[in-house]
Amino acid sequence: MSSIQLQSRLPRTYKIIDIKQATENVRIYTFDGSLGAKPGQFVMAWVPGVDEVPLSVAYDDGANIQLAFFAVGDCTEALARMGEGDLVGLRGPFGTYYEWEPGQHIALVAGGYGAAPMFFVASESVHHGTTIEVIVGARSKEHLLFLEELESLPHVALHVATNDGSMGFEGFNVTVLENMLKLTQDSKTEDPAIDQVFACGPEVMLKATHSVCAKYNVPCQLSMERYMKCGYGLCGNCVMDPLGIRMCTEGPVVKGEVLAKLDEFGKYHRDSIGKKNEF
Amino acid sequence: MNLSQKVYGVTFQNPTVLASGIMGITASSWRFCVENGAGGITTKSLWLTEHMGHPNPTIISTEHWSLNAVGLPDAGVEKAVQEVGDYLKNKPAPLIGNVVAGSIEDFGKTAEHIAKLKPDFLEVNISCPNVEDEFGKPFACSAPDAAAVTKHIKQVSGDIPVFIKLSPNVNNIGAIALACAEQGADGFTAINTVGPGMAIDLRSRMPILANKVGGLSGPAIKPIAVKCIADVYAATEGKLPIIGTGGVYTGEDALELMLAGATLIGIGTAVGDRGIDVFKKVCDEMQYWCTNEGVEHVSDMVGAMHKELASRS
Repeated sequence: MSSIQLQSRLPRTYKIIDIKQATENVRIYTFDGSLGAKPGQFVMAWVPGVDEVPLSVAYDDGANIQLAFFAVGDCTEALARMGEGDLVGLRGPFGTYYEWEPGQHIALVAGGYGAAPMFFVASESVHHGTTIEVIVGARSKEHLLFLEELESLPHVALHVATNDGSMGFEGFNVTVLENMLKLTQDSKTEDPAIDQVFACGPEVMLKATHSVCAKYNVPCQLSMERYMKCGYGLCGNCVMDPLGIRMCTEGPVVKGEVLAKLDEFGKYHRDSIGKKNEF
Repeated sequence: MNLSQKVYGVTFQNPTVLASGIMGITASSWRFCVENGAGGITTKSLWLTEHMGHPNPTIISTEHWSLNAVGLPDAGVEKAVQEVGDYLKNKPAPLIGNVVAGSIEDFGKTAEHIAKLKPDFLEVNISCPNVEDEFGKPFACSAPDAAAVTKHIKQVSGDIPVFIKLSPNVNNIGAIALACAEQGADGFTAINTVGPGMAIDLRSRMPILANKVGGLSGPAIKPIAVKCIADVYAATEGKLPIIGTGGVYTGEDALELMLAGATLIGIGTAVGDRGIDVFKKVCDEMQYWCTNEGVEHVSDMVGAMHKELASRS
């Protein structure tokens, strides 16, 4: 009867079996189970007695799921205080995921802990013969994530941008993307054209990515973040104006042509009671 | 085969209505539901002033049931005016404004504000089981309390028909409906969620919902909804319209609630399981069944169980 893919909507608690402190604020937890997540999907992570929040999936190989999070609120701070063997409730996976065709040349734009799902995309898509340009950006060198892991993958070229120039290009990762698209579209160069751009990071970065992709007429898929409660399309907390589509179900990965119709993209988001907050 | 229903002069293109609390946060989300087949929209419960909901987890489910303790979060009347106003400017389907409050006085104030926006109906949530810690037993659990809220709201709602949303968690839902009808209730929504219920995680030994308990909905509650609707219809002699809500997933579910006495059909939890186009799916299935069975107008089904029983007695 259900037209929805199989997902768990009742949290099960899993044990944390490995903890990696990736940067000062970002931790990566590996759990003793898999939710069968695809790159770009999210799960709801429940810290018993505290709260439950959406977290992006850094990796899921069918045996273990890995989540990356930034300790920034009550729930993620409580999560950050947990240790190996502690229990976290997980349900999902929820939402749309990044989609590619075999053999495509794809540029990945990762801002901050958005590098986690981009690593998942890169590691999965190279099995399908894709060639990847991944542009990891952060404020400074110590906030960069997944560089070693990305570099170790075959057919993945790593580009780095930092706002302060402490590593790689000094400036924004989107500028690196623009230079890349400009170059690959120049008929005199032999660089192969970029077929698609995927991005995950702060909304201001996504908005800039969207504009650059529109300018060079390259399709893009971007991962949106909105306040979520149920995770599977019931509560309506994560809808975007004016289409009213749900970022937990019709998102979080949204295609560029749909984002072009979402007026609130890059302008405002709604809080837990539905009030608008400007970016 | 005609699925449209006319209630107090308001035409619903089909009997399905988005139930309160689901997808009900913005005008754009209501429009999205109508694009996917909803014949009408119910807003989430609107408070006079800002009301925070419960922390997560707030909604959990299996294929058989859902438990929710969202806790009726809302930004208050000011935001409601914006969103409802935006929707009504160019409304694609009728709108039912659902109001909630912790006191009879606040019920009146909220209803007065919302009535001024001219929604098609008002729905009065006197039956949410998830805010008992804040407000005590719902008004819907006592006939005098339910009647008092009804009387107060009827004094401020002008010519907007008032539907009282009833609780199944009572042993006299018919008597409660009758008490509201005597104070001028124009119709009923039956039922709100059942319970409350609880779910516990085995490994952590903790209740999963942050609120510990939550209202039960989904397929498991349909038989309770059917029974409550039948009781309300019988108690009010089929004179007042009922928005039947509770566990409707398919066209046959919807028709069963109509036989019990529902004129319109609320759909909520099924949005998560059958997709946002569940409204269209349910309508297609009603159409298919009615066409095969020679039912020309879906309104012929409303209360038909009672007529069948009477004809055999």
